[in-house]
Amino acid sequence: MRWIWIDKFIEFTPRTSAIALKNCTLAEEHLHDLYPDFPIVPHSLIVEGMAQTAGILVGEARQFKEKVILAKVGRATFHRLVRPGDTILFKATVEQLNEQGASITGRVELLNQNADGLNVGSGSADMLVAEIELMFSHIDQNMSGVKFPEHNFVFTEQFTELLANYRLDSTITL
Amino acid sequence: MTHEEIYAKVKDVLVDALGVDDDEITPTAVIRDDLGAESIDFLDIMFRLEKAFNIKIPKGELMPENVANDPNFVNNGVVTPAGITMLREKMPHSNFTEFEKDPKVEAMSKLFTVEAIVKYVEGKLK
Repeated sequence: MRWIWIDKFIEFTPRTSAIALKNCTLAEEHLHDLYPDFPIVPHSLIVEGMAQTAGILVGEARQFKEKVILAKVGRATFHRLVRPGDTILFKATVEQLNEQGASITGRVELLNQNADGLNVGSGSADMLVAEIELMFSHIDQNMSGVKFPEHNFVFTEQFTELLANYRLDSTITL
Repeated sequence: MTHEEIYAKVKDVLVDALGVDDDEITPTAVIRDDLGAESIDFLDIMFRLEKAFNIKIPKGELMPENVANDPNFVNNGVVTPAGITMLREKMPHSNFTEFEKDPKVEAMSKLFTVEAIVKYVEGKLK
């Protein structure tokens, strides 16, 4: 089973941009692993969340036919910590996209909601968690004849369902 | 855009893509051997060049692909005369003088220098 690091998409514009949301909670064991008595979300997992958001954006651009692999983290600059109870937004924007791969710029922001659940802080400088540049490779196009399994082992159902749920765009009633 | 202006922009692209210092970049620096580029960095460099100069770089145009796997072009680890002719056609921006003296396939990366990129971009902007 893959470790899905985003909870849902809240915006998805094919070939252009996507925003995914993740709630961070004390119930996640790994938050306790880095510093005793001071739980935070490890930066590496923030990069992973951005990679998943951006990876699905890149994969969808070619209807998930390509095996999209995170090939390079060009830059990752962190501005603040993410702690239990925080909700974060992974904002991915396509810079370049072609048959060989894609480059993405990402911003991770804290979602600061008021009592009515409205976002009052996202986009402001003090809500900025990280700026991340990623490169993705369509590996079948870039490996000079090296063969990979035919089935797309990157985009499992768990990933594609995230997008399907966003597109469902309806309230599920009991 | 002058040669110097293109060189300055290419330098910025390489600093950003490869995380090297300004002074490591010289016209004769080999992208792989001297600047430490790995295979995925070439895609990164290509993307950044496209953006910096507002150009399109078709696959295989900046550096030919799959040459080493073609028996017409490589025999026993050495690039054949036909291979050299093909490389010259596809890489008019590179200097072949040293390579032709000992055209081992692993020396092909030496054709891809900072100056070769600058000349390639110059050609695209004409």
